Amino acid sequence: MAQSQIDTAAPVGAGFALKRGGLLLAAVAFILFVTLFAGARYGLLLSIGLGFGITLEGLRFGFAGPWRAMILRRDPAGILAQLLAIGLVTVVALPLLAAHPGELVGAQAPVGWAMIGGAFVFGTAMQVVLGCGSGTLVNAGSGNPIGLLALPFFAIGSFAGAYNLIWWTDLGALPIITFNGGTGVAITLVLLAAVAVLLLRFAPPENRNIPPRYIFAALLLAALALGNLVIAGQPWGVVYGLGLWVAKGVSAMGGDLTASAFWAAPSTMERVQSSVLTDYTSLTDFGIIAGAFGVAAWRRGGLDQPLPKLPAKAWMATVVAGFLLGYSSRLAFGCNVGAFFSGISTGSLHGWVWFVAAFAGAYYGIKLRPMLGLEARK
Amino acid sequence: MTRKFTASVAVALVVGVIGFDLAASPPNPYVAPPMLALGSGQVAAGGFCGALPD
Repeated sequence: MAQSQIDTAAPVGAGFALKRGGLLLAAVAFILFVTLFAGARYGLLLSIGLGFGITLEGLRFGFAGPWRAMILRRDPAGILAQLLAIGLVTVVALPLLAAHPGELVGAQAPVGWAMIGGAFVFGTAMQVVLGCGSGTLVNAGSGNPIGLLALPFFAIGSFAGAYNLIWWTDLGALPIITFNGGTGVAITLVLLAAVAVLLLRFAPPENRNIPPRYIFAALLLAALALGNLVIAGQPWGVVYGLGLWVAKGVSAMGGDLTASAFWAAPSTMERVQSSVLTDYTSLTDFGIIAGAFGVAAWRRGGLDQPLPKLPAKAWMATVVAGFLLGYSSRLAFGCNVGAFFSGISTGSLHGWVWFVAAFAGAYYGIKLRPMLGLEARK
Repeated sequence: MTRKFTASVAVALVVGVIGFDLAASPPNPYVAPPMLALGSGQVAAGGFCGALPD
């Protein structure tokens, strides 16, 4: 935050203004390119993704950090903002889903053994690399070497998790349980409020307020998430796109996907063979990385920080955690975005179960981080 | 070495994925769906991490 305060006060030279103009031009060119070569819907989705990236990096808002702040310092501000954003989306999304069945779908998935275990592992790995699904993309885009190294292994893990997904779901899962319509809105808002009250009870009095930037971020994220739903017909997600990139690579190199019940399904195979510029989660993922890069480059000195010196075990832990992030989030039917944010806001019970399991995992992930050498040397 | 390098690698990764894919599976804007799913009358059919394949 101190960085951005320096930003606004510092004089901006002609060269720097030129760089900022170049960033804006590049963003417009990227959107136009996708619109012209793929279609208007896809250009709009890329714009939404850029908005996510700009909001998350620009307002320094995320998922892993606030969970860590709550567990370590009993500071609930970030999670309260997350709950606010989810509540805002719920109020609009559930009535929209009820009024437009088929055209719009929610992030609704079954609760099962693998789903719960996957969410727990994801919560742990998320704290090891200090980045969830969207957080890893933002971190990579803004030049964080941990996020950058984790990202390709996240993608490989997402592909592998999807490859084995049907085997895992066969271990046992409930039918999909959802809260729908007006009743669904009421139930979800009451549960969100109950979590907020619980968090506030644990917080010391000095931590019981939400900074304005968090509220602003929550409002923007809610608006963008609703835009994602209205434009794509499905909620905001992250990890499917990452696995799809690897599946396309495997397929292009002659790899056989037919042994996987997931990747061999006709609908999935069609997406593997279609342009990545027509895949909704890929477009928003590209946008998040590019948006975070744009904000980091826009800031005066935003990319001038030296890279941290970390021991080899920290880099190895990043590789393993990156893979686990991808694998576990496919078993859990999403990450903080696809399951927690979009699952809860579109009425899926699995979003709530994901939240509890991932939060428990985050507690242990925080303990692992210094043991793995991931706290920077003083 | 600074974050300029790592951030540039991340952007290059995005450009690489798109470039590689454009060569293998070029999009066709003439078969693009309506701009908005809402009100399109079409069934949603995108890939999503919460969905099992049909």
